[in-house]
Amino acid sequence: MFEVIEKEMIVPNLHLLTVRAPEIVEEIQPGQFVIVRSDDTAERIPLSVSDWNPPEGTLTIIFMEVGASTGKLASLKPGDSIPTVVGPLGRPTEIDKFGTVVCIGGCYGIGSIFPTIKALKKKGNKIVTILEARSRNLLYWEEKMAPLSKHLFCISRDGSTGHKGHVKNSVEILKQNKIIPDRIIANGCTFLIYKSSKDLADFNVPIIVSLNPIMIDGTGMCGVCRVTVDGKMRFACVDGPDFDGRLIDWEELLKRRKQYVNEEAFLVHNSGCGGI
Amino acid sequence: MRGNLKMKEKKTLDLNRQEMPKQSPHIRRRNFKEVAFGYTPELAIAEAKRCLQCKKPFCVEGCPVDINIPGFIQCIANEEYTGAIRMLKEKNCLPAVCGRVCPQEEQCEQRCVLNKKGAPVAIGRLERFAAEMEVIKAHIEMPEIDPPTGKKVAVVGSGPAGITVAGDLIMLGHEVTMYEALHEAGGVLTYGIPEFRLPKAVVQREINYIQKLGVKLITNFVVGKTKTLKQLLDQYHAIFIGTGAGLPWFMNIPGENLNGVYSANEYLTRMNLMGGFQYPRSSTPIKKHKRVAVFGGGNVAMDCARTAARLGAEKAYIVYRRSRQELPARLEEVENAEEEGIIFQFLTLPTKLIGNENGWIKEIECLKMRLGEPDDSGRRRPIPIEGSEYIMPMDACIIAIGNSPNPLIPDTTPDLEVSWRGTIVADEETGKTSIDRVWAGGDIVTGAATVILAMGAGRKATLSMHDYLSKSKQK
Ligand SMILES: Cc1cc2nc3c(=O)[nH]c(=O)nc-3n(C[C@H](O)[C@H](O)[C@H](O)COP(=O)(O)OP(=O)(O)OC[C@H]3O[C@@H](n4cnc5c(N)ncnc54)[C@H](O)[C@@H]3O)c2cc1C
Ligand SMILES: Cc1cc2nc3c(=O)[nH]c(=O)nc-3n(C[C@H](O)[C@H](O)[C@H](O)COP(=O)(O)OP(=O)(O)OC[C@H]3O[C@@H](n4cnc5c(N)ncnc54)[C@H](O)[C@@H]3O)c2cc1C
Ligand code: SF4
Ligand code: SF4
Ligand code: FES
Repeated sequence: MFEVIEKEMIVPNLHLLTVRAPEIVEEIQPGQFVIVRSDDTAERIPLSVSDWNPPEGTLTIIFMEVGASTGKLASLKPGDSIPTVVGPLGRPTEIDKFGTVVCIGGCYGIGSIFPTIKALKKKGNKIVTILEARSRNLLYWEEKMAPLSKHLFCISRDGSTGHKGHVKNSVEILKQNKIIPDRIIANGCTFLIYKSSKDLADFNVPIIVSLNPIMIDGTGMCGVCRVTVDGKMRFACVDGPDFDGRLIDWEELLKRRKQYVNEEAFLVHNSGCGGI
Repeated sequence: MRGNLKMKEKKTLDLNRQEMPKQSPHIRRRNFKEVAFGYTPELAIAEAKRCLQCKKPFCVEGCPVDINIPGFIQCIANEEYTGAIRMLKEKNCLPAVCGRVCPQEEQCEQRCVLNKKGAPVAIGRLERFAAEMEVIKAHIEMPEIDPPTGKKVAVVGSGPAGITVAGDLIMLGHEVTMYEALHEAGGVLTYGIPEFRLPKAVVQREINYIQKLGVKLITNFVVGKTKTLKQLLDQYHAIFIGTGAGLPWFMNIPGENLNGVYSANEYLTRMNLMGGFQYPRSSTPIKKHKRVAVFGGGNVAMDCARTAARLGAEKAYIVYRRSRQELPARLEEVENAEEEGIIFQFLTLPTKLIGNENGWIKEIECLKMRLGEPDDSGRRRPIPIEGSEYIMPMDACIIAIGNSPNPLIPDTTPDLEVSWRGTIVADEETGKTSIDRVWAGGDIVTGAATVILAMGAGRKATLSMHDYLSKSKQK
């Protein structure tokens, strides 16, 4: 059993969960995820790790409440325990000295990109952070990102953060500030990473996105997480979750994500953003 | 036991093999309960009495773990059920499992002298019976355990190979910790073979038993990820790898990533491990499709098609590229599937999966085959008949054409030797791998095989490991 240390709704519908899992914490690297079960009948759901604390042996997840399993996680309290936290799974995000790295985070991806930003900064990269949200009140952790970033831009659909629009607007923001990226990394919901891969393609640099297809085991056993990358079948749980967004068959991926929409709707009557 | 047999009166051959009562097909096709009820004591005794108690029992030669078959059968005939189970467990720690899923018709029962007359003794059913009697009597004997040796062993993977090694080594006084990647132990017995063929309670009982003997089970631990094999080697005197063959093959045909196309592992895992058949009581969804095609002809394919039927499919097909004779599945399971209304499309090769505008499968294109000369496997090679393509409307496809070993451990253990097939290279007699203090066995070494072969490999590794541990001076 894994003990819940902290559970907090940090912005509407996004929750922060900290659990004790010392063996995982010893090994984890940026970009990796864990699979969690909230109780003995729950699904196994994959969640990226957004932070960890080695002396305490704890790790932190930021998740959006979209369905039954995330709903159960959202109702946990400190002192509760959950039966499964397994990991760290997936390949770590590639960390190297790339030069200027544009890091785009939205939704839970604001949390999950934080360890990557920390590691890239430590390697001597120039970090340009772009956070995207519907509105100012859905942003979080800017204060953690700001000291690591040369530039920090927040884009919101209602303009409440200064920059109005969607991730597409980051192109003009970067151009206005004369930033030429050597690499782009995007974390967040499928729609955000899809748009990032399309909208920023003109920079002609790798656009590394963290994919989030449906998963069960997370070890390469079931094949449900398969995606087509550069014409080849890959398993996101063991070959990814990071891939170059320019090479992904997005149409197929978006359709596969919706496979269980009807069944899930049966379990939860009002899910959050529809889950994609 | 066999020594004091009364072989005085010459037995007349009884060729009347006792059938095992089963749920009738139209009922069981709609539920997930076990198909066969098992023998009653009367049936078991009658069957046991058919055994000729051969002086040179060929049946034993057919059993990969050398069970004293005439011995345990004689016990049943004498109604000494405790003796029967004791004798079975000397060689096989999972009799309730093997009695159900061993391919007896190719092993012990094939060699039985009565097989020449077409009615081998039902060894598997008797084995199952003895194991059930132990439970019914609510008296599970705890064996004596050797004094502690102070040696620590890690077993990676909790399938039949791992269970065998863990169970054996704990009895020899070693301290055993078993690591499992999933949240439940049992390997394929838990996530793959369906409830209607091997009830999960049976597997759970065996896991509980070795835990009672003192085996420490750590689930939710992926060796190669949570910790590497090398890291475990620092903590343990010896390691056994029994991680199975869990990586699903796809067919490499267009449309395999459409919605409604599953690997057998996904389909069966949703169903068994995640309790999909209890949905919405458990929250992992499983789709109920009307027309389901399963590609492949082994036990796995039969399990998928029969699961689909139980979930309400009006038409569940087995699409297999050779003919009925070449089906690799156990005959008993093929017959069960036929009785349950599974439709067999022999000499048929799927060539294309075609989707609708939402990315869901709507039809499959198949090609007719004919049989040519035998190939390396001795089975006649299927040859496509040109221009014979045709379309079948379909709501789901399950790909059950095989599995290969999972590369997680080899990938993170550079000096572990693996074959071109991805299997770990291990000595056939001892199970030793290329790394000192590391043994391996089961599907990870042989590629997808059988429960009893995995257990046999576990047994051999145990002997070698025990030998090493007894001599080792390492602290
Ligand atoms: C590698 C990886 C990392 C992820 N990291 C995070 C994270 O850090 N924070 C976060 O909030 N989410 C993350 N996700 C997505 C998260 O796993 C899903 O939101 C979650 O499984 C939904 O579970 P649910 O039961 O609450 O919703 P459900 O009721 O299962 O589904 C609600 C909606 O989510 C979709 N969905 C269902 N299952 C999954 C699944 N396994 N993965 C993705 N979508 C699914 C459904 O199509 C449906 O539309 C990650 C996914 C992956 C693969
Ligand atoms: C659907 C199906 C039906 C079958 N029917 C029959 C039958 O009727 N009769 C028969 O004899 N055989 C049958 N088989 C084959 C039989 O089940 C296998 O040959 C047998 O289970 C192999 O045992 P094993 O111990 O080698 O591996 P497995 O049973 O595969 O167990 C391996 C275990 O190791 C775990 N693991 C893997 N990697 C790691 C890791 N890195 N860290 C920790 N744990 C890990 C896995 O999660 C798994 O639990 C069937 C197989 C399937 C899939
Ligand atoms: S273990 Fe299998 S092969 Fe051996 S006697 Fe039992 S059923 Fe037969
Ligand atoms: S070969 Fe058949 S008849 Fe002879 S001992 Fe074995 S089971 Fe009995
Ligand atoms: S989640 Fe099962 S193979 Fe990736």
